[in-house]
Amino acid sequence: MVSIGIERPGPRLQARGLTKRFPGVVAADKVDLSVAPGEIHALLGENGAGKSTLVRMIYGVLPPDGGQIHWEGRPARIESPRAARRLGIGMVFQHFSLFEAMTVLENVALGIDNPGAMADLARRVSEVSASYGLPLDPRRGVHTLSVGERQRIEIVRSLLQNPKLLIMDEPTSVLTPQEVERLFKTLRQLAREGCSILYISHKLDEIKALCDRATILRGGRVVAECDPSEETKGSLARLMIGADLKTAKRRAETERGPVRLTVEGLDLPAESLHGTALRKVSFNVRAGEIFGIAGVAGNGQKELELALSGERRAKDAGAVRIQGQEAGHLGARARRRLGLGCVPEGRRGHGAVPDMSLVENMILSGYERMNLLSTGFIKKDAARRFAENVVVDFDVRAPGTAISAGSLSGGNLQKLIVGREILQTPGVLIVSQPTWGVDAGAAAAIHRALADLAAKGAAVVIISQDLDELLETTDRLAVIDRGVLSDPMVTAQASIEDIGLMMGGVHGPAPVHDEALGSRRYAV
Amino acid sequence: MSAETAVLVMLTVISAATPLLFAALGELVVEKSGVLNLGVEGMMLAGAVAGFAVTVSTGSAVLGIVCAALAGALMALIFGVLTLTLAANQVATGLALTIFGVGLSALLGAGFVGVPVAPLPKLAVPGLSDLAVIGPLLFAHDALVYLSILATAGIGWFLARTRAGMILRAVGESDESAHSIGYNVIRVRYLAVLFGGAMSGLAGAFLSLSHTPMWAEEMTAGRGWIALALVVFSSWRPGRVLLGAYLFGGVTILQLHAQGAGGLGIPAQVLSMLPYLATIAVLTIIAAGPWRGRLDAPACLGKLFRPPT
Repeated sequence: MVSIGIERPGPRLQARGLTKRFPGVVAADKVDLSVAPGEIHALLGENGAGKSTLVRMIYGVLPPDGGQIHWEGRPARIESPRAARRLGIGMVFQHFSLFEAMTVLENVALGIDNPGAMADLARRVSEVSASYGLPLDPRRGVHTLSVGERQRIEIVRSLLQNPKLLIMDEPTSVLTPQEVERLFKTLRQLAREGCSILYISHKLDEIKALCDRATILRGGRVVAECDPSEETKGSLARLMIGADLKTAKRRAETERGPVRLTVEGLDLPAESLHGTALRKVSFNVRAGEIFGIAGVAGNGQKELELALSGERRAKDAGAVRIQGQEAGHLGARARRRLGLGCVPEGRRGHGAVPDMSLVENMILSGYERMNLLSTGFIKKDAARRFAENVVVDFDVRAPGTAISAGSLSGGNLQKLIVGREILQTPGVLIVSQPTWGVDAGAAAAIHRALADLAAKGAAVVIISQDLDELLETTDRLAVIDRGVLSDPMVTAQASIEDIGLMMGGVHGPAPVHDEALGSRRYAV
Repeated sequence: MSAETAVLVMLTVISAATPLLFAALGELVVEKSGVLNLGVEGMMLAGAVAGFAVTVSTGSAVLGIVCAALAGALMALIFGVLTLTLAANQVATGLALTIFGVGLSALLGAGFVGVPVAPLPKLAVPGLSDLAVIGPLLFAHDALVYLSILATAGIGWFLARTRAGMILRAVGESDESAHSIGYNVIRVRYLAVLFGGAMSGLAGAFLSLSHTPMWAEEMTAGRGWIALALVVFSSWRPGRVLLGAYLFGGVTILQLHAQGAGGLGIPAQVLSMLPYLATIAVLTIIAAGPWRGRLDAPACLGKLFRPPT
């Protein structure tokens, strides 16, 4: 099943034995990789498998601890991104390397080594964006652009250097299905013109649809190299995870109880110039129901999370009702007393204090409902027991409860935070980006815990950018776009294309080419 | 008030504004790179004492001014090593730098208290400086006043039009993005911090060689702090720094003249507070006003950056 492909003559990039160690972990362990000219090569693996580490070494951002890189047959030392660009390597980062307060043109100029006169560069930007179907207005400020448009800046910036190898790090995680389709067209065009593409993803459908070859990483090692079109999703997943893919079962219809969370005409002004205002957001969630909020990042998800948790208060007390009580005017603590739990998007610094111990982090949100205080003093034993319960029940891999929260991996920390909120038996739970950057095992555990909580009669709201996640876990969902929430729809009857169109993603005057709709299949 | 008196008042306004302008322009460049250096007052004092001592000892004002800039840069270097190389907290380090500058300058300047020095010569533009009113106002200043105006234009041009200026802004906007593209964040910040120090040094030299001219302990009298406030007031734009500096210079002179005119029944101490009260008022208005979202503060201002290894 795992075939060794016929080497085309002269790989463009060849990495041999690349190794990178971080304290306590070998992020890349003697990795071999070979990319041919004009090939779209997938780098497939779970979060933490070492994909980003590997390409950051190839692009000169991280110095490798061992191994060699050969470029067009000759050994190359790539000591900086500048050196990589000189060889003809371009990279589009997962977390964009853009400057919000500056214009598109300035951002492009900063990313290339020989920008020339600005007027000339603006013309070249327009030419490249036209010929590859990547509409961009060079004069606009980046902070006014959608995530999809921002990614185009990165791509155009790379293309202006006439790259021979373009590295794309999880490019579709922030795009609408339509934008993904448009991106794939651009990438295929580039490959036809001879540019090699190293495409990093953990999405199996995408890799099967787009890539010629795949190198699969697990735990920092190459476990296989294959032709993804000859594999099934199941076989790719087995290679990636090292176990069978757990097909997510849609949960059975549960008994719906009374409405536990009502949001009605919620208005919230933008907090800053770059923020989004919420406009007349309305929805309600019943006991036993999981409600999803989809949308492209930056369309008001953050604001909605804060408005629901009570970190930002609404003018109108009736705009948010928790278990029937008016709560719009209440702060976070008062809302918790009414039975609200909240898992914010930011794990380090918002959901948990990295420098405090696990026990202390449990006290921060749980002291009231878990009765951890006695006349103002902390009941240490009770707090420790609460922390130990969370660690055991939610399988948090930690050597004890006295260690700092910051020393946990992203997945374990998220399980800890979710567990802390769930064990407080909230009537309403708000969860934002529950499985962002979390490995598949932890993600499944978190989804199961949320489903169990709903089955016990809580109302759960999941705010997520990951459409697949919402389609798997929610009963109903709505799309937020520029601060406006769509009408809710029943998840089982929703079509990907409709949701994608509602997500918009492309805002402002930039023209949209929507001819490339929907031949893409999603695993629901 | 006759035309001559008005011109004399305006000249004192220019004299009061110039040190603020130098120091605030320097700090603006530093903050644009993402670094908050609260040690302006200390660097100004180092520049003031170095400029004065070298001028008195060697008789060369040019050498004095150069040494003042170097002294300011040297102080800034201490700040840079602590905050950029060793990643110490910028606020604490900046405060320490100010306190250090007060003590160090008092120590080095002890022998120069009360020593006279010839004020910087006025460079009159032949022909133009004899014009009525405009002549003395625009064309008969010492070199540092001209330099401060040129620096305003130069820094504005540098930040908006040059690639180096764009890189500086980028580093202050997102250190991580700049690093991943391949810019040396620490080096850019070092250069900005050193430039800021040199500008503070020039501000000090202007105080001790032109404005007063003499050396006295703590002669900056809080001007470094006003300069810091001016950067916020200007929302990080050089042209507005110029405007702000002359506005604050005006307030300073206004209260002096009010005191001279018998104080209008207001105690002299209250009048002396005016520039500082104005600073607090302006900062309050800026922070509370409806435009606070548009302050354009560099996004990484005051954040520590360590390149990944």
